[in-house]
This record gives sequence, structure tokens and C-alpha cells, in this order.
Amino acid sequence: MDLTQIQGVHVLFLAFAALAVVAAFNIILQRNPIYSAIGLIVVLCSLAVLFLMLYAPFIAAIQIIVYAGAIMVLFVFVIMLLNVRAEDAITDRLKYLKFIAPVFFLLLVGQIAFFVSRVQNPPPPAKIPGSVESIAEGMFTSYVVPFEAASVLILMAIVGSMLLAKREKEEDIVRIEQALAEAQAGEPVIEESNEEAHA
Amino acid sequence: MVPLSWYLALSAVLFTIGVIGVLVQRNVIVLFMCIELMLNAVNLSFVAFSRFFGDVTGQLFVFIVMAVAAAEAAVGLAIIISLFRNRETLNVDEADLLKL
Repeated sequence: MDLTQIQGVHVLFLAFAALAVVAAFNIILQRNPIYSAIGLIVVLCSLAVLFLMLYAPFIAAIQIIVYAGAIMVLFVFVIMLLNVRAEDAITDRLKYLKFIAPVFFLLLVGQIAFFVSRVQNPPPPAKIPGSVESIAEGMFTSYVVPFEAASVLILMAIVGSMLLAKREKEEDIVRIEQALAEAQAGEPVIEESNEEAHA
Repeated sequence: MVPLSWYLALSAVLFTIGVIGVLVQRNVIVLFMCIELMLNAVNLSFVAFSRFFGDVTGQLFVFIVMAVAAAEAAVGLAIIISLFRNRETLNVDEADLLKL
């Protein structure tokens, strides 16, 4: 690897790192959530480029497909569905925190700079992982239990989100309110109606 | 080759921006995006370590993190929808009680 190549890689890293940082600030400074979502999409895409530079093409691909594709579409859908107005971001609650925040910020920056400056590159590995084959081999041999656990987790997420986002039917609400009123009035609630109300 | 410390520094910066967002923002959807940003910052560290140590485990961990993030986003956004339906607001300061 000659010097010009090294310079090119460094410039590429700095360009996409700067893009990611600017877009990340964009997320927290925008008033309108849809602009924040666009900022997050830019961060995810520039991180995908950095993953490619780290010889992780599979991770870069699923970063684009799953994160920038599926998850962010979900976010944008919810923002548009709820028709969110731009709100004031900073409230009076942060009145006192404003004065102690810079101190902690400088402390944190110092800490990060201290530890990052001590990091040294390990000796170059014999073989660079990242191909789909090597990932599949690891996932279906030594890490098959976390993989199956993730599938159970996603199943629970599907059921949970359907249950939470479901709009309750009008008659169900009336029945639940009736059962609650009967219970409060001290009347013995019939078991059958109680079960129906909970169903 | 780009040194490992650069990747770690970028990861730390992105994570910090995510934390600042969680502390400063009051919109629950943007708060959620900041959590996703923090997860991604950690993912960058994992992939960088995976490449520099020549071990594929870091990338497997990133895969699991992405699955968890997807599940979290689905359930979290469902909670946000039902919160908005019940309270007509997305401000987290106004939704600090479990009961209506």
C-alpha cells in the first residue's frame, strides 16, 4: 500500500465521519421530527460506507436494507401518521442543567481523548473476516442459540406491537366500563361477563 | 490504513451526540431516533474491533444488535401510537405517569 492510497482512504474516512457527525447534530437540533429522521438516514448510510471500508460488506448491506430501509420507513410512517407538529425542543426544566452541562462535557471529552489516544493498532490479523460465509459459519455453529433467541424476540415484538397499536372496538370499551361500574357498585360480577370483558 | 483509534473516536462522538439528544429532546420519536444513533455508534466499534482483531464475532454481535433494534423500534413505535391516541401529545414531560 503506497502513500497516495493511504491518503485516499484517510480522506474518505474523514469525509464520511464528518457527514455522520453533522447529520447526527441535525437529528437533535431540528424542531421538525421528519428532518431528524432524514438526518438519521444520512448517519446510517455514512456508517454503511465505513463498514465497507472495514471489509464488512454483509453488515454494510444489512445496514442499508434493514436500518435505512425497514426501520426508518417505520419511523417516517409513524411521524406522518401522527401528523406531529414542530415543538419547542428545550424546556425550562433544563434551566439549571445548562450551567453544569459544560463541565461534564469537558470532562467527558478529556476522558475520551485520553483513552482514544492510548489505543494502539493490534498486529494485523492473518485473515480478515467479513465474508457472508464466515458470518454464516459462526452464526449457525457456535452462536446458534443467540440466533434462535433473536427469532423468538422478533416473534414477541410482532405480537406485542399488534396488541399495543390495535384500536379497541367501541363495544369492547362499553363492556369493560360496564364491568368496572358493576364492580365499583359492589354488585357481584358474573364470571361470564367478566371473562368477556377481559377477552 | 485508517487506524483503529479514529473509528473509536468517531464511535464515541456519535454515542455522545445520542446521549445529548436523549437528555435535551422532548419529542418521544426523536428520543427514539437518538437511541438508534447510540446503538449504531456501538455497532461501529464492534465492526472496527472485528476487523482489527480478525475475529468474526463482532460482526455477529452487530447482527444481533440490529435484530434487537428492529424489535425495539416496532414495539416502541406501537407504544408511541397508543400514547398519542390517549394523550394527544408526544412530549415526554407530559407523559410521565403510567395511568391516564
